[in-house]
Amino acid sequence: MDWQQIGNWFVMFLSGCGVALEIFVITLVCAIPLGVLLSFGRRSKYKVISWPVSLYISIMRGTPLLLQLLFVYFAPRYLFGLNYDRFLAALIAFVLNYAAYFAEIFRGGIDSMEKGQYEAAAALGMSKPQTFFRIILPQVVKRVIPATANEVITLVKDTSLAYALSVEELFFMANRQTSANGVITPLIIAGVYYYFFNLLLSILFRFIEKKLNYYK
Amino acid sequence: MVMLKVEHLSKKFKDTEVLKDISLEVAQGEVVAVIGPSGSGKSTLLRCLNQFEQITGGKVNICGDDMIVGQGKNGVIYAPKPVLKKIRLHVGMVFQNFNLFPHLSVLKNITEAPIRVLKKPKEQAQQEARALLKKVGLESKENAYPCELSGGQQQRVSIARALALNPKILFFDEPTSALDPELTGEILKIIQELAKEGRTMVVVTHEMSFARDVADRVIFMDGGYIVEEGRPEDVINHPQKERTRAFLERFTSLRSMAEPQD
Repeated sequence: MDWQQIGNWFVMFLSGCGVALEIFVITLVCAIPLGVLLSFGRRSKYKVISWPVSLYISIMRGTPLLLQLLFVYFAPRYLFGLNYDRFLAALIAFVLNYAAYFAEIFRGGIDSMEKGQYEAAAALGMSKPQTFFRIILPQVVKRVIPATANEVITLVKDTSLAYALSVEELFFMANRQTSANGVITPLIIAGVYYYFFNLLLSILFRFIEKKLNYYK
Repeated sequence: MVMLKVEHLSKKFKDTEVLKDISLEVAQGEVVAVIGPSGSGKSTLLRCLNQFEQITGGKVNICGDDMIVGQGKNGVIYAPKPVLKKIRLHVGMVFQNFNLFPHLSVLKNITEAPIRVLKKPKEQAQQEARALLKKVGLESKENAYPCELSGGQQQRVSIARALALNPKILFFDEPTSALDPELTGEILKIIQELAKEGRTMVVVTHEMSFARDVADRVIFMDGGYIVEEGRPEDVINHPQKERTRAFLERFTSLRSMAEPQD
């Protein structure tokens, strides 16, 4: 076994890790707020809002992310002759897809709140925004942490799908090295990176869950 | 002074009329117990007065403010929002299931509304909250979270929370129904003390002894109507209506089964 070569791959793949991390962070930063907005839309009493949002969520959850990635990049090209940045296309697809999943998680969290909490706040004269931000939201955050953790960990692994658009992230690099050298080691190295990043994330989420465990 | 005046109130859920032609008045300092079988509309009545349910018809005046300003086709027309909010603050509400905020400490449960709604300074709100906690016998629990308290303690916190806004009238919606029998006493004692202070209260309850010993007036509801109302000794001991008698008989027969020496 060539330890030198293995060390080289570990170093070489750091740039791929960087790209994957970029996709990961930007997707979370955009998809979580968008997911919050979509969850409000989904719960809206106005059908003109709730219906399109439901349809959107249903399509995003009902079709493969890989297909969505290709669609976001190639649809403008084949339909309008528009070429644009592959990395940007990957980001758009990830954000659109993950926002839909987050929306469903947040909606479930908000729906799970007891009516009594709203009524108690109303009886105390609290306004709707006060009720939402001071009473409902803090409790919803606690309730959605486990499901959100699942999604976040899945996202780490899903960043590898960007390879389909030839975005030079971790999996793309490892895959290329495996093909070029005819050895499996680069893919194993990528796996090690994914695994340890997710390990860190699950430790982080366990810590957050513990922090929020001061009440039931 | 009349603190609560309800005239010909009706409430329909779809096609079912759950409150029919309810009229009642509560004077300042009066304690009114509302009794009746499950589904008689007594909790719905409180929920209508608290703006949790849309009223279908009639008028409501709380502490001089009209909650309803007119009658529309499908329901009443409510007063403008600022008036409704003012009315909300006239009224303190104690729920059957306490509805404390689980993520806030006992002290914060009580100070949240005074600070956010009445814009009281934090220090002052906390001082007042501590005084209220002392009053309900929980001065040592200000840093506890609701999940660490017994049901009776939680209900006492929720009473302190309602009192913190200094409401002119207090509504209790079956305040002891979610409690173990041995814990109901501590709640009823607090309500009794509030009565002694001259608080105006409407208490929906299944506790006949409480209705008899503490209330100035008892209202018996059944099928969405007020069947009978009057002084507790009259309504409970000498009911005029057959329906009231039948309802109360169940309680007395239950009691004599439970306490054969009685």
